[in-house]
Amino acid sequence: MSETGFVRGERIPPAVSVSLGRSATIGQDRTLLGVAVFIASESVFFLAIVLAYLAYRDAGLVTAKANLDVPRTAIFSVALFSSSATMAMAARRASRGWLVATIALGTVFLVGQGSEYARLLASGIGPGRELFGTTFFTLTGLHGLHVLVGLVALVALLAAHMRRPYALRPVAFEAVGLYWHFVDAVWVVVFSVVYLGTLL
Amino acid sequence: MTAIPLWVRRPAGERVGWLRTVDHKEIGVLYIGMGVAFFAVGGLEALLLRAQLATPESRLVDPSTYDQAFTVHGVTMILLAIVPLLVGFANYLVPLMIGAPDVAYPRLNALSFWLSLVGGIILYFSFLAGGAPDTGWFSYAPLAERSFAPGPGVDYYILGLAVNGAGTIIGAINLTVTILLMRCPGMAISRVPLFVWMTLVTTILILGAYPALTAALVMLFVDRQLGGHFFDPAGGGQAVLWQHLFWFFGHPEVYIMVLPAMGMISEIIPVFSGKPIFGYRFVAGSSVAIAFLSFGVWAHHMFAVGLGDMENAIFSATSMLIAVPTGVKIFNWIATMVGGRIRLTTAMLFAIGFIAMFVIGGLSGVSLAVVPIDLAVTDSYYVVAHLHYVLFGGTMLGVFAGAYYWFPKMTGRLLDEGLGKLHFWATFAGFNLTFLPQHWLGAVGMPRRVFTYAASTGWGPLNLVSTIGAAILAVAMVILAVNLVRSLRSGEVAGDDPWDAFTLEWATSSPPPPENFPVTPAVTGRRPLWDRKHPELRDPS
Repeated sequence: MSETGFVRGERIPPAVSVSLGRSATIGQDRTLLGVAVFIASESVFFLAIVLAYLAYRDAGLVTAKANLDVPRTAIFSVALFSSSATMAMAARRASRGWLVATIALGTVFLVGQGSEYARLLASGIGPGRELFGTTFFTLTGLHGLHVLVGLVALVALLAAHMRRPYALRPVAFEAVGLYWHFVDAVWVVVFSVVYLGTLL
Repeated sequence: MTAIPLWVRRPAGERVGWLRTVDHKEIGVLYIGMGVAFFAVGGLEALLLRAQLATPESRLVDPSTYDQAFTVHGVTMILLAIVPLLVGFANYLVPLMIGAPDVAYPRLNALSFWLSLVGGIILYFSFLAGGAPDTGWFSYAPLAERSFAPGPGVDYYILGLAVNGAGTIIGAINLTVTILLMRCPGMAISRVPLFVWMTLVTTILILGAYPALTAALVMLFVDRQLGGHFFDPAGGGQAVLWQHLFWFFGHPEVYIMVLPAMGMISEIIPVFSGKPIFGYRFVAGSSVAIAFLSFGVWAHHMFAVGLGDMENAIFSATSMLIAVPTGVKIFNWIATMVGGRIRLTTAMLFAIGFIAMFVIGGLSGVSLAVVPIDLAVTDSYYVVAHLHYVLFGGTMLGVFAGAYYWFPKMTGRLLDEGLGKLHFWATFAGFNLTFLPQHWLGAVGMPRRVFTYAASTGWGPLNLVSTIGAAILAVAMVILAVNLVRSLRSGEVAGDDPWDAFTLEWATSSPPPPENFPVTPAVTGRRPLWDRKHPELRDPS
């Protein structure tokens, strides 16, 4: 019995249990669980935007078919998809090299998206041009912003690892990785709905 | 390998000030302070509306001011007063109730408060920047589009709500993880206090509902600032999409606002009845059922839109269904009181008031779920009466109950019971005088959101009664303010456990130390403090 009259409870701080070397699971680690819960709410956000895109898909289909370059975007998409693999390697080994590879692939993807935006805007298609422009730029733009945020997180992780590698909890890699995989997974949906949808 | 914590607690006993604090109790108080301040501002806006409507053909304010006042009143009360008040109580109480030293992410907690506050300030800045939003709190398209609302008001609405919503979402993530991972040893999820249960369900509702609002706001932003056509029928868009997205957020939002208040009275009624809650599992489980159903009822706000008979019938059925788990809770609270040794403290009076008023609001809600009735009274004062019975008669009475109950824990002093009872009866009388007549006004056809009405309508007398009620309600709030200030300075010293309560927050000092508990408690039942005080009467574990 203690001064509060309660039996003293044993609590192992999550930070300690994680640094024992075992891989943390989402159900035990507060950092990972927080990211997972955040991703769940982000999914609702993207779901709403994707549904709006689908609701207006037919109205914009002609413009989409005439202006979207599916093979070119597919190549840049492969860069983003493979960055999930490099991220997984980075998290497994706490590896700086794989982290740099992930950042590079993410940047390649954003450059691809930027060049596509430039081409579309040059041909007069912007967010104000028909429902296609409105829905296309909103959906892909919001995804692009999420990629950008992911890149910032990756660079911050890299910087932290370069400064004090042993001070960084391994879960930091897994947490950033979880978010990065989510951004990647959203692109699977967006690419299918927006680009592959024009082939139907 | 040593673990470096991501945040550093301030040394015990040292205060870092309100601007830099990351202590969940201080942030809880900041949230409650924000809620009280905006509640006062939103109340003054309501008084302006009632003053204008007191007599027919009044010219006290012009139509444009009136439109801004009812819009900002709605947004303020819902997003800047009620939600911060509830999140504030949750912030303060959840870690204490589950025997944790703080929330899962203390610094993120500070961020979510400041985002919520800044969102509110952005909204109010519109008054200085060319006019507040005047399109109603749900800001329907195409009225909210640039062609019909050319001023900057709606843009401030978009930005303010998006920032405020980001704060609320981050806060919900924090509380979810706190409840799931920070419970003290023995505190199984089937033993946490019901306020914690309701908070968990509420945070899950926030995580599912608020992103839909954010998405809708982004689309409205694209329409207004980038020339988009999401909700613009002239450009091929559909105005009804806004309604779907908004109410997909808006209806769960109702339960976000009412479940924590239900959690509060689920703590208060057992303590002042001297009995454990009747049917703990049903009270907790019915909250989960409410949360699940609340995502499937949004179109009952849209019966008059013309979605089709089948759609209306489905949403009518789900809306009636949600009355079942809500009714379960009402019966549980009443059954808790039956046969108990009831102490009619101010907190208990407000809790009982909650049940009575919420039943009226709930029943008028069921009547509105009947499509033909809704079609007859849609957008009338009947709806205004209904929503105020739920949000004031329900939520706010619950918050007042919580305030009288937990004020001693937060400050170390009791609120004055004499002034408290005066506050209760003035609130009860003023509230019913204000909103009960509005049922009749709506039934005879007075539309909401009109800035005046002709004398020949005959709506004058009931409107005058309603305005007199609002004045009494204002007096009641002044009584509360006097009570708060006086008790804070010279109230009776409370001690750790003034109510002979059950749960862990009463096991520590009032106010609690920065680390909450000198040692991490370990619990064996649902009423840990009761078990400790009365080992011979302890609950079977």
